[in-house]
Amino acid sequence: MHMIESGNVAAATGVKLARAGVIAAYPITPQTPLTEKLSEFVASGQMEAEYIPVESEHSAMAVCIAASSAGARAFTATSANGLLYMNEQLHWAAGARLPIVMCVANRGIGAPWTVWNDQQDSMSQRDGGWIQLYANDHQQIIDSVIKAFYLAEFVSIPVMVCYDGYLLSHTYMPFEQPDQTLVDGFLPDFKPKNALDPENPSNFNTVTLPDVRPDIHGNIAPGYMEIRHCLHQDMRKAMMVLEEIDMKFQETFGRGGHPFVEPYLCDDADHVVVSVGSLSYHFRDVIDLLRKEGVKVGVMGIQLYRPFPDKAIVDALQGKSSVFVFEKALSYGNQGPLYADIKAALYPCDNKPAMHNYILGLGGREIKTAQLLETVRTACSKPKWLGDTPIWLGLKCQE
Amino acid sequence: MKQDDFSTLISRSDPGPGDGGRTGSWRVLRPVIDLGACIPSKTNKRACFNCWFYCPDGVVSKTIPPVIDYEYCKGCGICAEECPAGAISMIEEAHFMEEKNDECI
Ligand code: SF4
Ligand code: SF4
Repeated sequence: MHMIESGNVAAATGVKLARAGVIAAYPITPQTPLTEKLSEFVASGQMEAEYIPVESEHSAMAVCIAASSAGARAFTATSANGLLYMNEQLHWAAGARLPIVMCVANRGIGAPWTVWNDQQDSMSQRDGGWIQLYANDHQQIIDSVIKAFYLAEFVSIPVMVCYDGYLLSHTYMPFEQPDQTLVDGFLPDFKPKNALDPENPSNFNTVTLPDVRPDIHGNIAPGYMEIRHCLHQDMRKAMMVLEEIDMKFQETFGRGGHPFVEPYLCDDADHVVVSVGSLSYHFRDVIDLLRKEGVKVGVMGIQLYRPFPDKAIVDALQGKSSVFVFEKALSYGNQGPLYADIKAALYPCDNKPAMHNYILGLGGREIKTAQLLETVRTACSKPKWLGDTPIWLGLKCQE
Repeated sequence: MKQDDFSTLISRSDPGPGDGGRTGSWRVLRPVIDLGACIPSKTNKRACFNCWFYCPDGVVSKTIPPVIDYEYCKGCGICAEECPAGAISMIEEAHFMEEKNDECI
């Protein structure tokens, strides 16, 4: 069925189709319409789920942790400072291996207070042990949410589905709503690997000593290091699972094929722009214009940021003359997080491209096509290494 | 790849005494049951056992009289708080040390 709706409604519809059993969320702009829509689905009986209103994001994640521990398919959503308020529980959910799915409608972080879009919120959570998927349009939002439940439950790792606040959350776009019976056939029932069971009581995630030690039956129980190593290994293996899920999704729904990165006119390109989220689609207009001018340039969107698909990125970028990374996030005092990651991935290659790092659109600063066009045109004409200092685009009054 | 290949090492254990190590060494206050006041001990009826029920470490036996396993009792004092007969007092461990020292001398 075709729909014309907002990105938030696309996300909510994905959650409904995936038959989430417990939803706990606290409203925060620009995520609010998503959870409003879900509460409407539950209240009107269109969705059979427990909707638990909470007093904060920290509690929202705590409820999802409890629900997931009890074997329920749990969902929440947030943005910006709400995501940060969850922080301690986010690390817990990952360490406890609970397959919670969360949407993040990306928004800048205060101070100073902002409600507009950038990606500092989810980017700052890259090291917490969550899988991070980024959607570029409404179709990818709804599809990613469905795939996210599959992936999370298969690998026992929580998944964040991130999409740009306002630019995607509040704009209306046509997209295809997957058929419920097809989703039911695609997405297996949630069979938790470890869940609370009153018939068979267990302690989960109690204090775990630095070293391994025998449990009450005398069997050696893993220590903190072993448990965390297992999470890391599973994160890496999760890429293969995502690839399989994406293939299965494509067979069922006819969409997909780019689980890690989504290249546009990159094959014959000398220069590649790399970006995350809706900006990578915005860049397609810029690429089309530059191609008309004869500049051999393409754009690549990052679909999966954690685990980091380094192999796919190296395959796409090595041998190019230059790579320009445009980011709406920054590791303050260093570089853009994506730039640093891509540079590290390319380090072992013999034929490394020159790289530039551009920081733009923070706190919702408008990104104009003409500005991108001018920047990329100039960069392609002088594809030299400029050092690692990020170049800020669109600054108006400089100190 | 199978779902079973994932999450193979987690923190999960069966509840039981000693799951958290020899927690008896954490104890500063020792719960001591006055059997003259303890309901099942006094009446010889299987009643009360609030101490058994509330002990977070499962180290109180549901027997007449109830017995506390000091190897693992961490001295939290919940049993003393929950005892309806006020039969459990929390006594400084130092007191028992002194007793032991006296014996040695
Ligand atoms: S003091 Fe605490 S640990 Fe010890 S027996 Fe009483 S309730 Fe159990
Ligand atoms: S709670 Fe007090 S009265 Fe009841 S069994 Fe325990 S010690 Fe005895």
